[in-house]
Amino acid sequence: MMKLAFQIAYKNLMGAGLRTWLNVAVLSFAFVIIIFFNGLMDGWNRQSRTDSIAWEYGHGHLQNDAYDPYDAFTLQDGHAEIPSKVKNVTPILVQQGNIYPEGRMMSVLLKGIDKEQGTIKIPTEAFTTSTAQFPAIIGNRMAEAAQLKVGDQVLLRWRDKNGTFDASNITIVDIFDTTVASVDSGQIWLPIETLWEMTGLHNHATLAIANSNYEHVPIEGWNFESQAEMLQNLDDIISMKKYSSSILYILLLAIALLAIFDTQVLSIFRRQKEIGTYIALGMTRLQVVRLFTVEGSMYSFLAMIVGCIYGIPLFIFLNAKGIGMPQASQEMGISLADRIYPIFGLQLIVGTILLVTISATIVSYLPARKIAKMNPVLALKGKLQ
Amino acid sequence: MKTIKYILVMIVIVGSGFEVQAQNLTANEIINKVDDNMSSETQVVVSDMVIYGKRNKRTVTSKGYTRGKNDSFTEYLAPAREEGTKMLKLEDRLWIYSPSTDRTIQLSGHMLRQSVMGSDLSYEDMMEDRELTDIYEATIISEETIGDRNTWKLELIAKVDDVSYPKRTIWIDTERFVPLKEELFAKSGQLLKKVVMDDIKQVEGRWYPFKMNYKDVLKDGKGTDFIVKEIQFNVEIPEYIFTKASLKK
Repeated sequence: MMKLAFQIAYKNLMGAGLRTWLNVAVLSFAFVIIIFFNGLMDGWNRQSRTDSIAWEYGHGHLQNDAYDPYDAFTLQDGHAEIPSKVKNVTPILVQQGNIYPEGRMMSVLLKGIDKEQGTIKIPTEAFTTSTAQFPAIIGNRMAEAAQLKVGDQVLLRWRDKNGTFDASNITIVDIFDTTVASVDSGQIWLPIETLWEMTGLHNHATLAIANSNYEHVPIEGWNFESQAEMLQNLDDIISMKKYSSSILYILLLAIALLAIFDTQVLSIFRRQKEIGTYIALGMTRLQVVRLFTVEGSMYSFLAMIVGCIYGIPLFIFLNAKGIGMPQASQEMGISLADRIYPIFGLQLIVGTILLVTISATIVSYLPARKIAKMNPVLALKGKLQ
Repeated sequence: MKTIKYILVMIVIVGSGFEVQAQNLTANEIINKVDDNMSSETQVVVSDMVIYGKRNKRTVTSKGYTRGKNDSFTEYLAPAREEGTKMLKLEDRLWIYSPSTDRTIQLSGHMLRQSVMGSDLSYEDMMEDRELTDIYEATIISEETIGDRNTWKLELIAKVDDVSYPKRTIWIDTERFVPLKEELFAKSGQLLKKVVMDDIKQVEGRWYPFKMNYKDVLKDGKGTDFIVKEIQFNVEIPEYIFTKASLKK
């Protein structure tokens, strides 16, 4: 019986011609857009997480109590010697300074890091090969903002622990390329020993980045923020982005479902004689309702097939080539690559198929319920009920 | 005005003696004479602070009352957005009153490192009122001519750790006992700031610079000008001026 319902539904749909294909086209578009947007967000999420861990978070940060990453004014006092019992961490000392590229004053954060570290991807090996008195590493964004290249010197002014001004030329020994703006914009990386020497804050650190062997035990004066806690911010931003972009595809899906609903209402009104005939031939009312519901939900199957025809090559292409992100958006605090490679997971695709199919079936069923209340004789006569 | 007073005080105040001889005067005597010439029990100054930006300039007019070396009160008169802002300094404490919020705040710690009204001067620069001889060791290193004036060139090297500028050089007019130029240096010897005094006039028997330019030399631009419009020495200032209550009046 179900097979017959499918056959009749298929024939009816094909018979309707352009109207069917318009519905299918809109629905398939909604289908592809949903997968595309979610794939993009998942791709961004994965890339951001991987890069943030590699460049900034490591396996968590041990921060001085007086230091607040969101308040630059805490840098003056937010540092101390890291207790010697703390192992498997890379200490970072953060201080403020100003550079004067081409007579402009720029405020910068000076970050001292161990030359030998391997915890994060900042290319500190460049310090070991340099002979400059004040070797410095900067990121692409900083290099662009200050118009600096490898080998350039720039005047840096800073204060030591007593507040006394000091100034000297630093030499840019390497420029790294990262998607993580928060280790790049407005920052200059120096060997930590050099920064200790410059400021007189020997053995002091503002924070320490844990590596994979770090085991946390509470230490007085220091807070530990785990990798998962740090990633939570990123997850929150991305899930918020997901919600805001869902408005677009909810709208598209709503239009497609409205079209199916309208088509169903019209079909039932115009095909009263056909309904009467089905019942006269022995079909129960429920079977006729099922037939019309199958017909409506078949739009989603056709939409899936059409969506696959143009969606699969498109997704394969995007997955391989990535999607370019505008330069301006990379200046934001969150990690964003210049190309994002969307991820189209099985869960996403199956979820979208279920969403579209179930919602198309529901909107097909709603008008079809009317059939159950029809008088077959009046229906056969084609009289309005 | 407090700012001008500060710069001058910063340059001239001394207490105890320097050893080096210049002609017949020691560095100590030179600076004492400058101090006698320029400081007074009280001072009331109306002045303009001209802040030069990249494309434009801003003029902030203020009236300042100073008592001794440590107490001062400044009221900003123009432009409209700064009008009514008041600043009170008593010893080592500084309060600012903003009429738009009707709040008085005490500046401390890192906030003192911020610039005063966008100028090249920081609040911390203004707060420094220790005597130069307490923090610097002075030497007369040469005699030079600036414009048509003969000057002594004094070098001041910090003898304590907690100073912003570990070295200063000051040029002092040999006849009028007025500082004409000052340079402030970083620990590495890098020149950071330059102060130039100009338009020296005689008022109430003392020589006084009516124009000063304070400039961060590492930055392009013309720095900040302080122009004295009116100045009175040793006038009676009511006691209530130097109280927190006067900020809200």
